[in-house]
Amino acid sequence: PRSPLSTVILSLGKTLHPPCLQCGSTGVLCVFQPPPAKYGGRHTVTLIPGDGIGPELCGHVQELFRFCCVPVDFEVVNVDSAVMGEDDITNAIMAIRRNGVALKGNMETNHNLPASYKSRNNLLWTTLDLYANVIHCQSLPGVRTRHSNVDIMIIRENTEGEYSSLEHENVPGVVECLKIITRNKSLRIADYAFKTAREKGRSRVTAVHKANIMKLGDGLFLECCKEVASGYPEIPFDSMIVDNTTMQLVSRPQQFDVMVMPNLYGNVVSNVCAGLVGGPGLVPGANYGTDYAVFETGTRNTGKSIAKCNKANPTAMLLASCLLLDHLKLHAYAEVIRRAILSTLSELHTADLGGHSSTSDVVQSIMDAVQREGPQTLNM
Amino acid sequence: MIKLNSKNIRIFLIYFFIRRLRVKMAAHGSLLSVFKSINPRWNGPLGNSVKIFGTTFTNHRNKATLTREHIPPPAKYGGRHTVTLIPGDGIGPELLSHVKEVFRFSCVPVDFEVVQVNSAMESEDDIMDAITAIRRNGVALKGNIETKHTLPPSVKSRNNVLRTTLDLYANVMHCQSLPGVQTRHKDIDIMIIRENTEGEYSSLEHESVPGVVECLKIITRNNSLRIADYAFRLAREKGRSRVTAVHKANIMKLGDGLFLQCCREVASGYPDITFDSMIVDNTTMQLVSKPQQFDVMVMPNLYGNVVSNVCAGLVGGPGLVPGANYGQDYAVFETATRNTGKSIAGKNIANPTAMLLASCMMLDHLKLYNYATLIRNAVLTTMNETRLHTADLGGQGTTLEVVQSVMRVIQSKGQLTAEF
Repeated sequence: PRSPLSTVILSLGKTLHPPCLQCGSTGVLCVFQPPPAKYGGRHTVTLIPGDGIGPELCGHVQELFRFCCVPVDFEVVNVDSAVMGEDDITNAIMAIRRNGVALKGNMETNHNLPASYKSRNNLLWTTLDLYANVIHCQSLPGVRTRHSNVDIMIIRENTEGEYSSLEHENVPGVVECLKIITRNKSLRIADYAFKTAREKGRSRVTAVHKANIMKLGDGLFLECCKEVASGYPEIPFDSMIVDNTTMQLVSRPQQFDVMVMPNLYGNVVSNVCAGLVGGPGLVPGANYGTDYAVFETGTRNTGKSIAKCNKANPTAMLLASCLLLDHLKLHAYAEVIRRAILSTLSELHTADLGGHSSTSDVVQSIMDAVQREGPQTLNM
Repeated sequence: MIKLNSKNIRIFLIYFFIRRLRVKMAAHGSLLSVFKSINPRWNGPLGNSVKIFGTTFTNHRNKATLTREHIPPPAKYGGRHTVTLIPGDGIGPELLSHVKEVFRFSCVPVDFEVVQVNSAMESEDDIMDAITAIRRNGVALKGNIETKHTLPPSVKSRNNVLRTTLDLYANVMHCQSLPGVQTRHKDIDIMIIRENTEGEYSSLEHESVPGVVECLKIITRNNSLRIADYAFRLAREKGRSRVTAVHKANIMKLGDGLFLQCCREVASGYPDITFDSMIVDNTTMQLVSKPQQFDVMVMPNLYGNVVSNVCAGLVGGPGLVPGANYGQDYAVFETATRNTGKSIAGKNIANPTAMLLASCMMLDHLKLYNYATLIRNAVLTTMNETRLHTADLGGQGTTLEVVQSVMRVIQSKGQLTAEF
């Protein structure tokens, strides 16, 4: 029998969810997702423009959706990253809770603000418990890179690890940053990884860790992955230390299939993979939780230096919007837009891919490609 | 008449300390070192200042000197140096025996004191013996010691124990595109300086609540200032133009924020060198697309691990890059990516280049420049021959062939060599 105090402490280690209606679980391994909000046949999706290139790219997404007559309405919520108050981000979170799905640009974290100012993006992930960040890096036809045939799915734990924002300075000049790894979340993310691998017919899951140094922390993560792996005998599971992983990624990325890892390694590895397939302008990212899903670019760049210059590559954001449409089960629209994007990618390249096209040119070309295909479109 | 009470004695002693130090540092830095030399147990006005300034204390002699002037000369008896050799696990023993072979062949005046460290044992006696040997000799060459996952977490990584006990605070890795090795990126010349003793590698973890593990990442002001100063000094010595600090201060505001702040402070003392900073995820992405933009990079421990492995991958793999760990009094040389290479141990397919180049760096440290240049040129000449490339470079050469080719090139130069 446990004392009430220890029960409270133990429960802090679990994420508190209302029990799921279908399976009754409290959010650890629940697979049921409530249907997205759909009134009058049209979905409502929260749109958070963010900073830098976010607003213009989200504007292009809206333009494209309107042109293709996609039954999605956007509820725009602006979040000002310069103010200290958390009202803006709380409003955004409420909007996402209402709609269930969101598309966002990255919100800048100003280094000059005091340390009590948490990263707005981080607040979003942790409050909505969007525990899985999924980035699918594929070599796209039409983009020449040094490595070909790269097809890696990176599943990164999104809510804990080094991003707990827990730091303190007990002794002046000595800072301790806490990296938290919990059993529940590690099991959850590992289960998500294996489930996704099974659904997509992938052949291998690799856990990336640094358990030779962080024996308890990453050791726990690795142990949880091994436990979950035993429940999926058809998928081979192996593990690799993060430094070796990055070195292998740079020399032979074709050996990797699905990779699952804690937060910080996920950040680094996903950026390496994005660099391998062509840069930050090409890879979309998705953040999934039990009840919500938020889509954005894979590498989460604000792109301040190219904001409003009409030079940004809209591919990442547009592919993210296709992932959004897939999530809303509007597969036909998603396919049309995706095909148009890929055909445009073979012809027009923006500055980050070494070309000279502007953002609006690329978007225009995509709209032309959609119109050529034949489905109903708006008049230009 | 000056009264002889404890306060005045302290003031006199401080005066003598300051005169003795003769350190070329920024004003606040010298104040720091002065206070660090004072015993913290003393009370009074200066004692309080010590609590503010001086935190990390190590019991090394000459701790206050950060310049190289006071490093004791390497042990040299009868004109021959003694260097500690730690074979380690995996491919370490065979590569180090090749180093010994090449040294003997080239008549290098270096004797090796071999210290075995058994990574399967839980007791720390082996590694303590090795550390004593390094303290005795001042210089070491080592292979990587494996950290077995099956042993309990109280068994710390042996390599980590070595680095922290000897306070080898700077890990320096120079990644250069070697001629003769075909890689996807050309003209890479990056020097990575990585903090080697703190950060995520403090081995401080605990499980207060079952199922919830907290790992502590420690960043201290002193160590960050020290490594930043090392980086800038090295950049100046080697004539480099730019230093980039790699961090994640948007998330770890206090920790990496402190590191970044220390780097900026030190940068202000070196106006001839450009300083900028970059977040680690953006850095790795840039490294993969355009590595030629980087010059010297300084960073905390874990980012250093990842970034150095990425750079090693860019220039041709773990078999090509040597690494050095420098401390105040000691220097330990090894391969940069610290691989044990268990899967290729004993098969004669490992690439000896990294270990041989590391031994050349060691010879440079011992001021045996002629021998260093001789062996280095021989290794690079051998690298140019594609048929001798080992398996990691895509060839079919064996370790032995490479080493023999190196020795042949040395012999052809006409210097005194031993019999084959």
